[in-house]
Amino acid sequence: MAEIQSNEGGGKKKKGGSKQKKISVHVDFTPMVDMNMLLITFFMLCTSLSKPQTMEINMPSNDKKITEADRDAVKASQAITIVITGGDSVFYYTGQPNYKDYNSLKLSSYKADGLRAFLIKRNFDAVNKINDLKQQKIQLKISQEQFTKQVSEIKGGKETPVVIIKAADRATYKNLIDALDEMQICNIGKYVIDKINPGENFLVKNYQTRGGLAQTTSPK
Amino acid sequence: MSKVKVARKSTRIDMTAMSDVTVLLLTFFMLTSTFVKKEPVQVTTPGSVSEIKIPETNILSILIDPKGKVFMSMDKQADMVNTLDSVGSHYGVTFTEQEKKKFRIAQTFGIPIKSMKAYLALKGEEQDKVLGNYGIPTDSLDNQFKVWIQKAKAVNPAFRIAIKADQKTPYKVIKDVMSSLQDLRENRYNLITSLKNQSANKK
Repeated sequence: MAEIQSNEGGGKKKKGGSKQKKISVHVDFTPMVDMNMLLITFFMLCTSLSKPQTMEINMPSNDKKITEADRDAVKASQAITIVITGGDSVFYYTGQPNYKDYNSLKLSSYKADGLRAFLIKRNFDAVNKINDLKQQKIQLKISQEQFTKQVSEIKGGKETPVVIIKAADRATYKNLIDALDEMQICNIGKYVIDKINPGENFLVKNYQTRGGLAQTTSPK
Repeated sequence: MSKVKVARKSTRIDMTAMSDVTVLLLTFFMLTSTFVKKEPVQVTTPGSVSEIKIPETNILSILIDPKGKVFMSMDKQADMVNTLDSVGSHYGVTFTEQEKKKFRIAQTFGIPIKSMKAYLALKGEEQDKVLGNYGIPTDSLDNQFKVWIQKAKAVNPAFRIAIKADQKTPYKVIKDVMSSLQDLRENRYNLITSLKNQSANKK
C-alpha cells in the first residue's frame, strides 16, 4: 500500500541500453504508529467516556405563604412521609403523624422488600400501567413521545400517592439519593424534599423508646 | 564450488494497516470522550437508576466534598471572569487583569473572597495544593455561595445548576446548599449520580 513501484524502465531494458533503476517508494509507517499509540494512550487516560448520570428535581419554592397552605393540603390519605435518619434504616408513616402510637411509624430499609415493596403496593395501579406501557414500547406499538406523555399522565394522576421526604442532619447524601431512587423505581411522580420538623424527630425518638417518650411529653 | 543461495527475506512489516487502525481508534476517542475536569477533592457520587444524561453546555456545577466544602466550576471561561468581577464588586474587591487571567484558567474554584487575592498570587501548582483546604462559605452569616450563584446566574441566565456531592456528605451541608438555592428561586436543578445496575428495577 505504501509502496509505489515504478515499472517504467522494465519494458525498455532489452531495446535500449539505458538502465533505469526500479524506484520503490517505501514509506515506513512505524513512527506514525508510535505517535498514534501515544495519542491514544493520552486520550484514554485524560478523558472520560461516560457522561455522568443525573437526576432532575424540582424543589418547592421557599415562599412562606404557599408552603404552609400546601403542606396542609397534601396531608391527606395519599400522603406518605419518609424520614431518613441515616444508616441503612428509614422510617415512614402515612397520612397525619400520630404522636400517641409509636407503631404508626414504620421502620424499613432501602432493600427491595422494604420501602420499595410498600411504595409499589401503594402505587400499584400506576406501576402496572407503566409496566404495560413499557411492554408496548418494547414491541414498538407506541413511540417514545407517546410513552413519555402517557407515563407523565399516569404519574400525575389523582390517585397516586404523594411522598414527602424528610432527612435528618445526620443522614448522608447517599441516603437521600437512595430515597429519590425509590421514587423513580416505584414510578412516583409527586414527591418533595422537605425540612424535618420537631414532630418527626419526636416520632423517631418515640419509636426508639417504644412509646416511652409519648407518655411523658408531647411534641407541641 | 557450488553456492547455495539463501533467499534473502526482508523483515519489514507493513505498518500501514496498523496505522489505519490506530488513526481510527484515535478519531473514536477524540470524538466520543470529554476531558476530565481537575477537581480539588475526590468525590464519589452515589449510584442511582436514573438514566438522564447531563446536558453538555451551560453547566454550573457545585462540588461538595465529604467534609462539606463547597466548590464551583463553570464550563465557559468568559462566564467565570465576569462572575468573578461582579462577585468582587459585591464585596468591594477589584481584581487586576493578571489575576483575572489566572482565575480564567482555574478549572474549579472555591475560595473565600477575602483570600482570593492571595490565592491568585500563588503559582499554579501551589494553587492546586491549597485549594482543597478552602471552600466557599455557605453558612447563613456569611453566605458567599449564594452570592456566587446569584452573580453567575446574572451573567449567564441559561446556566443549569448541577450538584455533585460525595455519597458520604452529611445531609446538613446539602440542606444548606439547597436552601440557598431555594432562596434564589432556583428550584430546578440536577443531582449528579453514577449509574447503578439494578436488576430489581422491573419489579
